Amino acid sequence: MIGKPSRIELRAAPHVRRPVGVEKIMLHVVLALLPIAAFSVWQYGLSALALMATVTLACLLTERAVNRLSGTASTLSDWSATITGLLLALTLPPSFPLWMGAVAGIAAIALGKALFGGLGHNVFNPALVGRAFVQAAFPVSITTWVPAYAPGRFTSFIPTTFTLPLMTPPDISAWAKAAVDGFTGATPMARWKFENVLAAPSDFLTGAVTASAGETSALLILVCGLYLAARKFMDWRIPVAVLGAAALTAWAFHLFGPQRYPDPFFVLLSGGLMLGAVFMATDMATSPVTPKGVWIYGGLIGVVTVMIRYFGGLTEGSCTPS
Amino acid sequence: MAIPGQKQLTHMEEFMEGIWKQNPVFVMVLGMCPVLAVSVSAVNALSMGVATTFVLVCSTLLVSLIRKVVPKEVRIATYIVIIATFVTIVDYLIQAISLKLYDALGAFIQLIVVNCIILGRAEAHASKNPPLRTVVNAMGMGLGFTIGLFALGSVREILGAGKLFGVSLFGPDFQPWVVMVLPPGGFFVLGTWLLLFNWLKQRKPAAAQPVEAHVHG
Repeated sequence: MIGKPSRIELRAAPHVRRPVGVEKIMLHVVLALLPIAAFSVWQYGLSALALMATVTLACLLTERAVNRLSGTASTLSDWSATITGLLLALTLPPSFPLWMGAVAGIAAIALGKALFGGLGHNVFNPALVGRAFVQAAFPVSITTWVPAYAPGRFTSFIPTTFTLPLMTPPDISAWAKAAVDGFTGATPMARWKFENVLAAPSDFLTGAVTASAGETSALLILVCGLYLAARKFMDWRIPVAVLGAAALTAWAFHLFGPQRYPDPFFVLLSGGLMLGAVFMATDMATSPVTPKGVWIYGGLIGVVTVMIRYFGGLTEGSCTPS
Repeated sequence: MAIPGQKQLTHMEEFMEGIWKQNPVFVMVLGMCPVLAVSVSAVNALSMGVATTFVLVCSTLLVSLIRKVVPKEVRIATYIVIIATFVTIVDYLIQAISLKLYDALGAFIQLIVVNCIILGRAEAHASKNPPLRTVVNAMGMGLGFTIGLFALGSVREILGAGKLFGVSLFGPDFQPWVVMVLPPGGFFVLGTWLLLFNWLKQRKPAAAQPVEAHVHG
């Protein structure tokens, strides 16, 4: 072994080798999220817009308050809190009351990020910590779905949006039925799991399904992910590994039980898998550094997601419960 | 404390030890089992605090009274017998006063026996100090523990049920934060209180205090 240069490098993450700062990468992630956010507003109208604004504002204000309390310089300009806010809002149902959205945003930054020491020190994706918190706190509101493309969505809000703080949101099943004829309130994942009805793949690509604010157009998420990967702002291996492993696992199940298990396309396109693979799993602080590690990490996410969907109690295995 | 060279605390200082400088919940972080488990409501938290205080005061008094006759080798076993006696009394008392409360507190009444605050006080304080000083210290510790439990219990009841002492605060439309009555809620609230407590202590310049008890369990 003498004479060969040592291949062991001692270093700490993150490993930016190009003259690209955190701010620039984060800014481009925000830019890549904007089309998805815009599409979500197109689908769900003013309520989705208000929810995204509220959650992002809550994240930014919490970040600022943490800066103030810890006596450090403002970290608002690194865009990371904006990403957390936007991502978090996209995983919530569009009818989520604004005050609960604010709670989610505060929990995401305070519990998920600040307590661990801020950007780069968090052990979980802060947006998912916020989501998990409100999932445990408000299990009913977070699984109340509204139809996409409801008429009048640009002129009026969903009745639950402006629920008074600390109060229970009103029941909106009647409102949803009136807005879109024949609306059942079930997401494609729930309909497959509990009613054995499969939605058409084309519905997922165009977003004509009932779901969380930002998980409906798989095609758009893919395009935005391709942009980030092409500009090398994220590791392309992670989404490829997640989606590949999920597709392979689903395909294997489909092969042996086509009646019981849906085809791989349904698994890839439904629920939060696409958003999770492209934007959540690629979080720099919580994903591995080496290519080999990234393949293992992504592959495990994909397999575990499918396992939870097929054998778990909840319908979703990725970042949203739809 | 009868350590040579250290200034003898006045009785008032001795009392305040457990409430502020060595608060069992917020500073020593002892007895976390009942703190997290029974702090779902303010009433449960207060009852647990009072029950623990009773056992704490009575058993440390007895330990202090017999501290010179108990051989060193069997002192822990002696403390446990004394503590268990008073826990049994409390157990029957709560059962007689309110069966509902008894069911709500469950096994945690019996588990006061192994509460490390009580054993810690018996070993670290009562076995070395005269009865009056011990009782004053134990009362402070018990009150500090009760305050800690109440701090958790009230926040968890307000957010988890919209009530305080069973009285509705926000009307019938209140949205309960389910997580607050679940175990994670206990950890979240405890963590937040610890954060606040440490922040307050850091603001005071003379905050450096050696922690006295080292008994964990």
